[in-house]
Amino acid sequence: MAETNINLAAGARSWRWQTAVLIGLVLLLAALPLLANMLGMPSLISLATRIVILAIAASSLNLALGYAGLISFGHAAWYGIGAYVVGILYRHFVSGEALLGLPIGSDQLLITLPAAMLITGLCSGLIGALALRTSGVQFIMITLAFAQMIFFFFVALKAYGGDDGLIIRRRNELPFVDLRENENFYWLSLLIAVVWILLLSRIVQSRFGAVLTGIRQSEPRMAALGIATYPYKLVAFILSGMGCGLAGALMANHARFVSPDMMHWTQSGEFMIMVILGGAGTLLGPAAGAAMLILLEMQLGAVTEHWQIILGPLLVLMILFWRGGLSGLWRQMMGTRHD
Amino acid sequence: MILLIEQILNGLQLGVTLFLLASGLTLIFGIMGVINLAHGSLYMVGAYAMAFVAMKTGSFALAFPAGVIAAGVVGIGVEYLVVRHLYARDHLDQVLATFGLILFFNQAIILVFGRQPVFVQIPESLSGSVQLLPGLKYSLYRLVMIGVGLASAVGLYWLITKTRLGMLIRAGASNRDMVRALGVKIGGLFTLVFGVGAMLAGLAGVMAGPILSVQVGMGEQVLILTFVVVVIGGVGSVRGAFLGALTVGMVDTMLRAFLPGMLREMMTGPSADAMSAGLSAMGVYVLMAIVLLVRPHGSAGAHG
Repeated sequence: MAETNINLAAGARSWRWQTAVLIGLVLLLAALPLLANMLGMPSLISLATRIVILAIAASSLNLALGYAGLISFGHAAWYGIGAYVVGILYRHFVSGEALLGLPIGSDQLLITLPAAMLITGLCSGLIGALALRTSGVQFIMITLAFAQMIFFFFVALKAYGGDDGLIIRRRNELPFVDLRENENFYWLSLLIAVVWILLLSRIVQSRFGAVLTGIRQSEPRMAALGIATYPYKLVAFILSGMGCGLAGALMANHARFVSPDMMHWTQSGEFMIMVILGGAGTLLGPAAGAAMLILLEMQLGAVTEHWQIILGPLLVLMILFWRGGLSGLWRQMMGTRHD
Repeated sequence: MILLIEQILNGLQLGVTLFLLASGLTLIFGIMGVINLAHGSLYMVGAYAMAFVAMKTGSFALAFPAGVIAAGVVGIGVEYLVVRHLYARDHLDQVLATFGLILFFNQAIILVFGRQPVFVQIPESLSGSVQLLPGLKYSLYRLVMIGVGLASAVGLYWLITKTRLGMLIRAGASNRDMVRALGVKIGGLFTLVFGVGAMLAGLAGVMAGPILSVQVGMGEQVLILTFVVVVIGGVGSVRGAFLGALTVGMVDTMLRAFLPGMLREMMTGPSADAMSAGLSAMGVYVLMAIVLLVRPHGSAGAHG
């Protein structure tokens, strides 16, 4: 805290700097499709869309993992469930069949995205309520195990493709915007990502966010202050699950395909790597981490088909020697510290 | 009745395999405070080393020890190169670094052996079956597996409760810093425990090799089940790991054996089969949820 006071003046100056840099960054990202088309590399747009969507998931996981210190190894489940909501709704929209007697089915993005968030919120609430009865290493194991249970559930769900997954023939519709244009879908994803990350930043700066940080630093201390920590952790877990569900719903639209692979346990691991690469407990770190991991995978994939044999040890080295991730690097460059 | 006994034996066999993995995992966590995701990779290394030696020499008397030793050697190498530097880190760093190890091991195995599963025959001397009861014949190999697993459990119990090493292990689990302050070279103890855990994982892989297909990814499937065992049994407790492993082995086997029949009586058609496959795969996780509701810290407390 003392350090923060000393650095207050420098902090205010760098705060203005950072805001300017961020606005510039968003403008640059928004201009990316135009650049890609100009350079004659339209495939860049699809890559950028993927990164933006995964940035939503990583930022959401960061709320639980980076701020509240809840090491969830199962967030791919929420990502996958969000995607399946879009896939299943589309399936019923096409076939016109009822689901559990209700005339459910939609291809309207304004319905499917909130539905995906609602359902992942309910699921993560249920699993979170159970898993949060444990802490520490058991919490890691149990979130992994429950995610595996959900994975098996969808593998066995033959009515919706089982192992093979579901194909979504057309992207969801949005009034006035043609989402079949890749540029439009990219801009939409970017907009949603910016809004979601701004929302997360408001949450983190609120009293709620302060309590979460307090829980990460010392849960007994928070309890001694008279705060019941369980509801805070549960809400953080649910919000972070909903964000991953949102990302999954967008990814289902982007790839026009859903399968249990999306909730494979290695996907959960990748989300965690994104958060750590970028810097846990920082606002933009996870988004940068998502970009870094995807680009790294792509580069290594171009070198050899066995790129994981390089990525694995690289990851070990980064954990051992490069702490703080990208945002640590950024802070060194800007000459500031903030927690 | 015959079927039930047979399935109980199958459950026992899965249970001892899980125990071999869970005891190592829980010991390593209990003493060093490290969560090692690459434990499943050691199981895979054991199975592949066994398969490789069996293919080259045709001798199981060589292949079985080779698998166990390979897992132990790789385990000690992993401890020396990576895990040693993670003792002071938080669980998140441990999870991610050992996740990196999994990526490395899986890809290394693909590079050397390819993606195709390797099939190993059950050794000829153990390939027959035994008449246990009138009308009940059971595979000799699986019986030997159960026997070896139970013997390892007894051996581990003896090691932990009756030997000087076991005393240090128990002391290390309850207060690491005090053990160090009393002049025990704790680094060596850690390496030793990690090596023992790795060899137990290798033994599980070696024994499972001939009855499952040896393939990339076999480690992670069993690792996640092992986590369920450890959560049910209580983290850090070998006795809990034993009880948890047998429970999970039994429940999983019974559900897979009897749930399809029960569902088929209630509903008809292929949907019953698909559903029972899904439900029986989910069964152990539901069990874990129930245990958590009743006893959040597992059936046995820590350090049991």
